[in-house]
Amino acid sequence: MATEQPNLKYIKELSGNDRAFEQKFLGIVKGEFPVEKQHYIDCLGRKDFIATAEIVHKLKHKLNILGLENGYRVAVAYEEELKYGSHKLKDDFLKILNVIENYILTV
Amino acid sequence: MKCIIVDDEAAARAIVAKLCKDISSMEVVDEFSSAIEAIKFLNKEMVDVVFLDIHMPGFNGFDFVETLKAPPKVVLITSDKDLALQAYEYDTIVDYLVKPITKDRFSKSIQKVETAIANDSAVNKIESNTSINSGELFINIDRRLIKLKFNEILLIQALGDYIKIKTESKEYKVHNTLKKIKEKLPKDIFLQIHRSYIINFTKIIDIEDNSVLIEKSVIPISRSNKPELMRHLNLLK
Repeated sequence: MATEQPNLKYIKELSGNDRAFEQKFLGIVKGEFPVEKQHYIDCLGRKDFIATAEIVHKLKHKLNILGLENGYRVAVAYEEELKYGSHKLKDDFLKILNVIENYILTV
Repeated sequence: MKCIIVDDEAAARAIVAKLCKDISSMEVVDEFSSAIEAIKFLNKEMVDVVFLDIHMPGFNGFDFVETLKAPPKVVLITSDKDLALQAYEYDTIVDYLVKPITKDRFSKSIQKVETAIANDSAVNKIESNTSINSGELFINIDRRLIKLKFNEILLIQALGDYIKIKTESKEYKVHNTLKKIKEKLPKDIFLQIHRSYIINFTKIIDIEDNSVLIEKSVIPISRSNKPELMRHLNLLK
């Protein structure tokens, strides 16, 4: 099955053809996402699963904004399992983060 | 309507700011990534509505609402649908938006805030029909205006967005603030002795250390209010 790809549908709907807003908003996402991803990696590296769940919670909004519906579902399940000290979905989640990272370099 | 946006995520703040910008009646006066900074702001400035993320580091949205002395209307914003029931336990929380917020849903939320503010001002108008000179106060309970005589009121307690008025025969819970009712009470018999209590000091039975006994209620006296209370007493030295 092909990997789900991010899209700008939500951002376009929100902007109502306001190109200045789109650019500004994408600038915010481009600045904020790498910091959040690194924070996620650091929290997981420390095995601080509560802090990891918190940053996954925040990251899942980015998945939503970028139209990653399946990715969002993975994030929801992952956040829950982290709260119980499990991280089985970490590889799936990292793949999603990498897809976003590559995507935002192209927009 | 003046609003602030409180969310530790910059992208989320940008979305709400854009949604507000598209509604002519809305004015974003400030944005905060920290709940603490927003509380400091609200202790100095008045706004009509706060768009508030529930999940913030160290301080969640419900803590935020409980901390505010006179909270404006609050619209909660979250990725979790599960907290909606808890949200509606707070009178000041008008709506609950799940991310990502759509334009249509946001517009409905603004309508809810406008309705809530309009309802509040209607209630305040009725409640201002108070007559200090005639020694009575009308309170609004379930759309009935109930007359209370000042000399029957024992004490008033703040309970979040409500006040509890205890009289010799009954207790009433009214959606209002201690600050507002204080303005309606005669100063020669009512005194605030704690941030959560105003008492009718003619009803005091005794005072012991930092508490007052009124009927069967023991009311705390705050250190800062004690000198004022002592000045009101006809004290035999």
